[in-house]
Amino acid sequence: MKKFTFKIGGVHPNDSKISAEAAIEPLKISPKIYISMAQHLGAPANPVVAVGDEVRTGQIIGEPSAFMSCYVHSSVTGKVVSVGPYKDIAGREAIHVGIDVSPDGDVWADGIITDNSLDVKFPTDRQTLLDKIKACGIVGLGGATFPTHVKLCPPPGSVAECLIINGAECEPYLTSDYRLMVERPEEVLTGVAIIKCILGCRAVVGIEENKPKAIESMKKALESLSEKNSEFNDIDILTLKKKYPQGGEKQLIAAVLGREVASGALPISVGAVVQNVGTALAVYEAVQKNKPLIDNTITVTGQVSPSQKNYLTRVGTPYKDIIAAAGGLPDGNIKVISGGPMMGRAVSNLDATTLKGTGAVLMLSEEQTKRKPAQACISCGRCVDACPMGLEPFYLLRLSRAGMMDALEENAVQDCIECGCCLYSCPSSIALLDEIRLAKASVMKIIKSRPRK
Amino acid sequence: MADVCIALIPAVIVSVLFYGWHSLLIFAVSCLSCCGIECVVTTYLLKKKSTCGDLSALVTAILLALNLPPSCPWWIAIIGAVVAIGIGKLSFGGLGQNLFNPAILARVFLLVSFPVQMTNWTSPKGFIADAFTGATPLGMINEGIMNGESVSQILSKSSFSPVLSLFAEVGGSAGEIADVALLIGFIYLLCRRVIKPYITLSIWASVALFSFIFNMINPDLYTGPLFNLLTGGVLLGSIFMATDYVTSPMSNLGGVIFGLGIGIITMLIRYFGAYPEGVSFAILIMNAFVPLINSAFKQRKYGRK
Repeated sequence: MKKFTFKIGGVHPNDSKISAEAAIEPLKISPKIYISMAQHLGAPANPVVAVGDEVRTGQIIGEPSAFMSCYVHSSVTGKVVSVGPYKDIAGREAIHVGIDVSPDGDVWADGIITDNSLDVKFPTDRQTLLDKIKACGIVGLGGATFPTHVKLCPPPGSVAECLIINGAECEPYLTSDYRLMVERPEEVLTGVAIIKCILGCRAVVGIEENKPKAIESMKKALESLSEKNSEFNDIDILTLKKKYPQGGEKQLIAAVLGREVASGALPISVGAVVQNVGTALAVYEAVQKNKPLIDNTITVTGQVSPSQKNYLTRVGTPYKDIIAAAGGLPDGNIKVISGGPMMGRAVSNLDATTLKGTGAVLMLSEEQTKRKPAQACISCGRCVDACPMGLEPFYLLRLSRAGMMDALEENAVQDCIECGCCLYSCPSSIALLDEIRLAKASVMKIIKSRPRK
Repeated sequence: MADVCIALIPAVIVSVLFYGWHSLLIFAVSCLSCCGIECVVTTYLLKKKSTCGDLSALVTAILLALNLPPSCPWWIAIIGAVVAIGIGKLSFGGLGQNLFNPAILARVFLLVSFPVQMTNWTSPKGFIADAFTGATPLGMINEGIMNGESVSQILSKSSFSPVLSLFAEVGGSAGEIADVALLIGFIYLLCRRVIKPYITLSIWASVALFSFIFNMINPDLYTGPLFNLLTGGVLLGSIFMATDYVTSPMSNLGGVIFGLGIGIITMLIRYFGAYPEGVSFAILIMNAFVPLINSAFKQRKYGRK
């Protein structure tokens, strides 16, 4: 069987999927949650509740403030106790709605269907589907948390040819998408069919070869679903080679379609729309159950983690509660990361709460995270070989240290996807990405400050 | 760097076995002076933290010693170390900044400055073989052809055979005598993924092809591919010197071009030059082209033409 992958660069870190066999279990709801109004890229939502308000599970608490903005819903039933700044994982303040959770359990907002029965028949009117997705505050759960309804409305003149569902889960340690594909393939596939129906194109689900159970379960579910429903006809399950960062949007498009998105262009320019497995499930729940995006699957893992878990977690749960449920912080100096080891972000503040797009809580020991002192660059070219964008990280670093912004732009620093392959592959332990990220931010600022033609 | 040192161990062992205590002395002097100079210059002249710990000076030292004739005086190694580390590496800014391979630079410097000591192939007594005297095969060929003899005549007078040269029976510098030991090092480097095979193989291919064509045209004047691959510094140079990260191109295609250049220049010097051997000159010349090759053969960027 032919296995697909992207051609330029990539690395093969140990996948460390040690939480792969932990079935998804609902996490006990925290007594107090804080839901951020800044859930995603783009403008934060405006809070529409006030202190003292009683909220029900699934009720709107934040409204979009701009085109690139989404509804935010309460993930619990309780009483609003604060609306104001609260520190996120990086210690930056953002507007959060704090809710004291009622001890009596969930009271769901009107219209939400809470039974878990499978429902594969969906309305085929495009606008109805889009409205539901927008109303339910669905964002992409693959990392960038781009508002889904925006992504599903291709700009005039461009046509979607292929919906690519990202089941690569190429980041080491993460297993939440894997568990969804193993445990809830029918719902995920129905979500895929819904998105496919909106776009009016075929769909491909790309899964890396290190997840044979997920491939098998998805194929089996697809077979039985497509026997009865024509909506499932143009969906293919594709086995991808294991290579990081296959789940990167541009890399996945190259792997599946063999096309490359031009620098600065959107995937739709080559006819592709990429959505993540978790997003497909959220779309299913939004359309079929009217359920807003109020919970998501979060992997709790790491060799030093007291247990390996895949928790269905309410949005706004404090990190410390998730860690406590998994057995508490291990002894020693532990680095807690939100996301995977390659692209995840360090959690500096365990009181911070999860967002819609949070995928994992990874605990790493001091030995695992301590960097070796950097040595001289010996021009070995490993970073050039590893860069999936075909950049020359060692050269970008040199330019960045020399402050040569024009040359940085010419050498495409703005194309960097911050995957960390350069840093991972460097035999001299040079923290390439750290400095390149800063250089990229400066160059992006310059590009954005230019008057538009 | 540690891997490169490990890969060089077989060659070091063979040269010590064949050339005895004197060879060991040369290795010791070379290592001590290279590391010493690195340490002194970085600490006291450049006022930086000593970079001796990165083992790059040690690699240079071993390569330098392998490039010296077995009977050369010990002070040659010290001069070589000063040129390699002091001029070839640290004056450019240290590891990663040098344009030329330090060990090769030192060898060429010594060859030009001390031609007598650097071409004295009388070998001292080794541990397993008797003392060996005489010119290197390449030297014999060079001299014989100038005297009007044909290749086959010259070779029949000597005891050279390609098979024997694999197992160290031929005169030459410490690193040139045991081809099998060098090949073991090559395989080790490949298995450990320290180097990629492109540069080495393209040197071999171009040397073989070039000498094959000329050997076909006139076998009396030009030696054949096997002879050229197994004698002199082709193996040592192609495996350990041309593949130096700092002074070789980054891309695979660039590496192939680089290797082709080295092979062709080597053969041009061997056939038409005044020196019997040309690998070190060839590597040095191609080192100078690396920045050009690097800018000409870049990795294709995603989504850009």
